[in-house]
Amino acid sequence: MARILSKSRLSDAVYRMGIEAPLIARGRRAGQFVILRTDSEWGERIPLTIADADAARGSIDIVFQTVGVTTKRLSLLEPGDRLADITGPLGRPTEIRDYGAADRRGWVVVVGGGVGVAPAHPIAQAFHAAGNRVTAIIGARTRELVIMEEEMRRASDELIVVTDDGSAGRQGLVTAPLAECCAGPERPDEVVIVGPPMMMKFAAETTRPFGVKTTASLNAIMIDGTGMCGGCRVTVGGRTRFVCVDGPEFDAHQVDFDSFIRRSGAFRREEKAHRCRSGLFGSAGGAS
Amino acid sequence: MTAKERLAIPPQPMPEHPPAERVHNMDEVALGYTLETARREASRCLNCPNRPCVAGCPVRVRIPEFLAAVAAGEIDRALEIIRENSLLPAVCGRVCPQEKQCQRNCTVGRMLGDIGKAVAIGRVERFVADHASGVAVAPAPRVGRRRIAVVGSGPASITCAADCARAGHAVVVFEAFHREGGVLVYGIPEFRLPKRIVEREIRNLRAMGVKTVSDFVVGRTLPLSELRRRFDAVFLGVGAGLPRFMDIPGEDLIGVFSANEYLTRANLMKAYREEEAVTPFWHGRQVAVLGGGNVAMDAARMALRLGAESVQVIYRRSEQEMPARDEEVRHAREEGVTFLTLANATRILGDDEGCVTALECLRYELGEPDASGRRRPVAIPGSAFTVPADTVIVAVGSGTSPLLPATEPGLRLDAKGHVIVDPETMMTSLSGVFAGGDIESGAATVILAMGDGRKAADGICRYLAARTDCIGKGVLL
Repeated sequence: MARILSKSRLSDAVYRMGIEAPLIARGRRAGQFVILRTDSEWGERIPLTIADADAARGSIDIVFQTVGVTTKRLSLLEPGDRLADITGPLGRPTEIRDYGAADRRGWVVVVGGGVGVAPAHPIAQAFHAAGNRVTAIIGARTRELVIMEEEMRRASDELIVVTDDGSAGRQGLVTAPLAECCAGPERPDEVVIVGPPMMMKFAAETTRPFGVKTTASLNAIMIDGTGMCGGCRVTVGGRTRFVCVDGPEFDAHQVDFDSFIRRSGAFRREEKAHRCRSGLFGSAGGAS
Repeated sequence: MTAKERLAIPPQPMPEHPPAERVHNMDEVALGYTLETARREASRCLNCPNRPCVAGCPVRVRIPEFLAAVAAGEIDRALEIIRENSLLPAVCGRVCPQEKQCQRNCTVGRMLGDIGKAVAIGRVERFVADHASGVAVAPAPRVGRRRIAVVGSGPASITCAADCARAGHAVVVFEAFHREGGVLVYGIPEFRLPKRIVEREIRNLRAMGVKTVSDFVVGRTLPLSELRRRFDAVFLGVGAGLPRFMDIPGEDLIGVFSANEYLTRANLMKAYREEEAVTPFWHGRQVAVLGGGNVAMDAARMALRLGAESVQVIYRRSEQEMPARDEEVRHAREEGVTFLTLANATRILGDDEGCVTALECLRYELGEPDASGRRRPVAIPGSAFTVPADTVIVAVGSGTSPLLPATEPGLRLDAKGHVIVDPETMMTSLSGVFAGGDIESGAATVILAMGDGRKAADGICRYLAARTDCIGKGVLL
């Protein structure tokens, strides 16, 4: 188990891997994630969302950005190599429903930012398969960083690409087309947002005035993924919730994003020291 | 030897690493008896007819018999006697609260008027487990055709799995983490329970023929309903699994950890080996630990070993009510942990970056006894004060993980969220599904969990014997 079957590079620092994991491939549903390690003795457990799965082949796809020692080591593995472990599927699946009525199709807007497009993909697929009209908005800093564009097109009725510098699709942030969706004569039944915490915060603020149901999929620091450590706790509606067992999806209008953003950087100093020590990122240890 | 001669033998002290040295490493604090001191300590047992120590042991180890074997120098024989009832003597000898169980009842201690002078059963047990030789565990013969799934691999599960295997059934243990052992590997620190000892006990379990599957989260990887279809009986020993927080402002600040997270990073993920381990660790300088149990002591002592300048345990009752074992409190104090009792945090304060800077506390006094029999702590109005801290470790207990109940609505829970079982058989509200350990009792001890595991194994075997069908499908996974 946990043999790497395929590997491709989606951009400079973003990779896609197919991994042999038959039970996870069979059981997983949209919105769920896995935890994996690359080294059986000293490895770190990192959560990664499942970008796609093939139950017949018994494999799942993960997409990751090389931000730390573990993702960097993962990126150095090749097809045929094995992971130390993989556990999942974890987290509660996305609540998929058909919002359609007799006279109209349901409408779901799925927003993916950066590497967040990968976890957004199965969510768009599932809402689409359930019968809803799906508008996918995917954003990145620049053309080179736009990932899974074709798959998102297949998983949606309408795809809007946005880049900060205008090198692909529209120029600007994902919040602009999102606001247009919400301000039109017809409102989306649900908006799902997945991406960097800051993007999710602004996307949530964009939909709030329109009262559109908005769900954010959070990627928090965690160890076990089963509720045991509490490292992934987040404040939602004034209550402490655990991303691993209560989430990863929460009502975006209730999430305390400022606290979430702070907690996401809790180990920044230690992680940078690890990057330096690992020698995988050059002497400066790479971006913080 | 006469009883009088036995009573005259002085209690043998346990050699320990000096505190000043041990706070700088993860080595085990208690060094263990030598053959000579173990035999001398075992010789103190009077072999009294009413055997109160056995009654005090949750798994009923035949204590006088194994002590007699040690006194005679027959260490392998002593281990065989212990193994009849306990699969984990190396663990129990180290972490059981003997002073509240077997040793509390010891006739020697009573006659000498001091429980502290009871025969040191735990220390002798540990010696036996560490020093017996040639004690390979034989595979249990497969006499039954039934198959049992054991969920979790902590002390309750290990005991249940071993007993079911001994009864001749095929057993598969499912562990969510990448390594088996449950709280023995993620919670209890190396300096109290070296991980090689847990590994040895897990190897023994496998040697008996028990199959172990790691990285498998029942309720996620496969639903419990699926395990019920594939196995003739299921035991749930997944532990307490959900850390409690104080529900005070500031608990989301950077530098606030559950004891579970703090200890898991250090123990299971080996973050203390900073050169090798990838999992990052938090370097607290001024550490405050909230709670007064064994887990709080473990976290406090771990923080010292990881370089904290000061570690303070904050507990709202007095030291007398502290649930931690006396030995753990003593070790912590020797190492430099300070205790702030009759005080409790009401708020955690942070800086602009969201990092912890201090705790706001209230002083308490003890009122009337509450339902637990301990005197209820009552806050003193107007007594607020602050304690500077850059790290707060919350060790105020655990609740039941919502994972299994949420994915299996038929599993009935009590008001506190613990799984309800028939106290005779340990069967839950689901037919053929049994439970034990912290998931059923709330946070308790290793040996109580083992007692549950044993009782559940007995319940499972009786349940299976009463059934003529065999639902196992022949393929485990």
